[in-house]
Amino acid sequence: MTALEQSSASNESALLEVRHVKKYFPIRKGILQREVAHVHAVDDVSFAVREGETLGLVGESGCGKSTLGRTVVRLLEPTDGEIIFQGTPIQNLGTRRLRPLRREMQMVFQDPYASLNPRKRVGTIVSDPMRIHNLGSRNDQKRRVGEILETVGLSPEHYNRFPHEFSGGQRQRIGIARALALRPKLIVADEPVSALDVSIQSQMLNLLDDLQNDFQLTYIFIAHDLGVVRHVSDRIAVMYLGKIVELSPAEELYKRPIMPYTEALLSAVPIPDPDLAEKRERIVLEGDVPSPINPPSGCRFHPRCRYATDVCRQIEPPLVDYGNGHLAACHHPLNVDQATVQHVGVAEEHTPAAADESALPQDTSGSSNPAVAPDTRSR
Amino acid sequence: MAERLLEVKDLKVRFATEDGIVRAVDGISFELERGKVLGIVGESGSGKSVTAMTLMGLTRGVNARFEGEVLYKGTDLLKISDRDMQSFRGNELGMIFQDPMTSLNPVYRIGEQIVEAIQAHENIDKRQARSRTIELLRQVGIPNPETRVDDFPHQFSGGMRQRAMIAMALSCNPSILIADEPTTALDVTIQAQIVELVNRLKDDFDSAVIFITHDLGVIADIADEIIVMYAGRVVERGSKRDVFYDPQMPYTWGLLGSIPRLDRPRPERLHTIEGSPPSLINLPEGCKFRPRCPHAFDKCMQEPGLENRVESPGHLDRCWLDVDFKRSNRDRTISGSSVEAA
Repeated sequence: MTALEQSSASNESALLEVRHVKKYFPIRKGILQREVAHVHAVDDVSFAVREGETLGLVGESGCGKSTLGRTVVRLLEPTDGEIIFQGTPIQNLGTRRLRPLRREMQMVFQDPYASLNPRKRVGTIVSDPMRIHNLGSRNDQKRRVGEILETVGLSPEHYNRFPHEFSGGQRQRIGIARALALRPKLIVADEPVSALDVSIQSQMLNLLDDLQNDFQLTYIFIAHDLGVVRHVSDRIAVMYLGKIVELSPAEELYKRPIMPYTEALLSAVPIPDPDLAEKRERIVLEGDVPSPINPPSGCRFHPRCRYATDVCRQIEPPLVDYGNGHLAACHHPLNVDQATVQHVGVAEEHTPAAADESALPQDTSGSSNPAVAPDTRSR
Repeated sequence: MAERLLEVKDLKVRFATEDGIVRAVDGISFELERGKVLGIVGESGSGKSVTAMTLMGLTRGVNARFEGEVLYKGTDLLKISDRDMQSFRGNELGMIFQDPMTSLNPVYRIGEQIVEAIQAHENIDKRQARSRTIELLRQVGIPNPETRVDDFPHQFSGGMRQRAMIAMALSCNPSILIADEPTTALDVTIQAQIVELVNRLKDDFDSAVIFITHDLGVIADIADEIIVMYAGRVVERGSKRDVFYDPQMPYTWGLLGSIPRLDRPRPERLHTIEGSPPSLINLPEGCKFRPRCPHAFDKCMQEPGLENRVESPGHLDRCWLDVDFKRSNRDRTISGSSVEAA
């Protein structure tokens, strides 16, 4: 049992539990469209989201955070793994059995221009979910739409307008209204503010905060802006090349990052204070994120890591609990004293000999050989 | 004093559209000296990109009207012909655009595109142009430039594409590099690389940089002087220290307060600037920020001029409020921790 499973198993009030979820996209070539390789977009990710909390997902583009978000709400079929929502495994449910659950989980998308149908009126966009789920009469639906539009800071008079009549910030409010229409429990917000100007961005973050309090919402908040994620999240998961490499309570992550990748990410965030910006030590990561088609061996971050040693090249570090709900996957953890390292038993696991037997087979068997990865569902 | 490369005097840019006249830029002035970085900050629609494109002569068109002067080493770029402008563009002024994917042609190799740019401006043969391209790619930090020069844009990552764009902008050794949101489409780690690169190349090529962004964090890193734009106007202008440590315009406070900052404790709520920027066709009367300003009073119905109202001589702003009042009240907005002003 990994540290992650232990921590999530002990947590009874988990609204959503994700266990060893993988999402591989096949790459097909030739006339026969044979699968020649896989993009390892999400590779063995486990986490739990408690009721009422906000889990932030951060990482660079291409790290799989959006794919993970979409897989969790079954907009994408997981290649492998379990997704448990309110105690029900949903990874294999068919369309019909999934539909009632769709009411409970909704998404807000990044681009407020592309995610609203330009030919539908605002009223239709927001009431469509209710129509699909047969909620109330038409009049009820119309009244509800008016209420929801007001909740998100628009006015009921906007009912008959088209999306193009609104600014970016207002459109994002429409997107949020649509997600709220079915009174969901879980909202997966995929970069909901990154297309907006700073002054509008802060309005939107405050709105999401109010809605969470008023409707007891649980958020999975996907973003690449570490400042935004810190502001909204209770806990934060850092992703790199399809893996969660660190998972921690929000404040702790910023004060005491354990994974060198997190440290580098944090140091790259520009600070709007000239004196501080000058004094600060900057870790500039060399190069780009490697291809998720052939991820690096061992720790996936090792080619860009300044602390990397031979162990990192050979053995994939497991996600280890460093106490206080702070998990990280690293052979050379930062900000951790020797006692803790001994206590959590990382020391032995990190010697290549011991890891050969324990860490290696479990953690890399699936990912090192994508050809045998179970991809049962046909698309 | 360093050589003054560019002087913009009361530049106005208007576009006639079906809905009315868009006052995209309404009277902006600044100077730029060799070796300096001028940062222009503002939200979408504040006129920062139109300013940059006008300097490059890219907004010329039948529906565009210009006023004022753009003096590059004494020549008014607004007055010269399109043909003459071509010799300035590239040779004297280079530009990097926001989106490195759409600004490179996907069906030509990276190298071909840069070679084409060099040959358009200089009379040299293809081989020489190619070896210079490889050298440029090396300077902007592309690994193995000898082989990567023959790659197509899709084979480059976002950060590398932006590096290639920078190489192209620098290919004819311009004195001024205009970077229009060059890091907005990039991840933070790549953004840090690009900012560092622009800073280094500025010294290597002995040029000046106009860096346009909406990200105050990036500006704090790179700029010497800062212009804050709102609704086509400069609302505050000063040295980096002036603008960050003694901001005079409530709009600037709002911008500083709206960003969730890693260097400060997490506030309960973020400060917000209520409402949204005005339409450039129907600008409000008086101070353009008045409808969104929590401190607006009757005098704000007249538009304040861009004047020096504080001790620091180069620090200009457009706000009628009393300086002492501002100094004692702005922290509430900027640190955003308390209940926001109504």
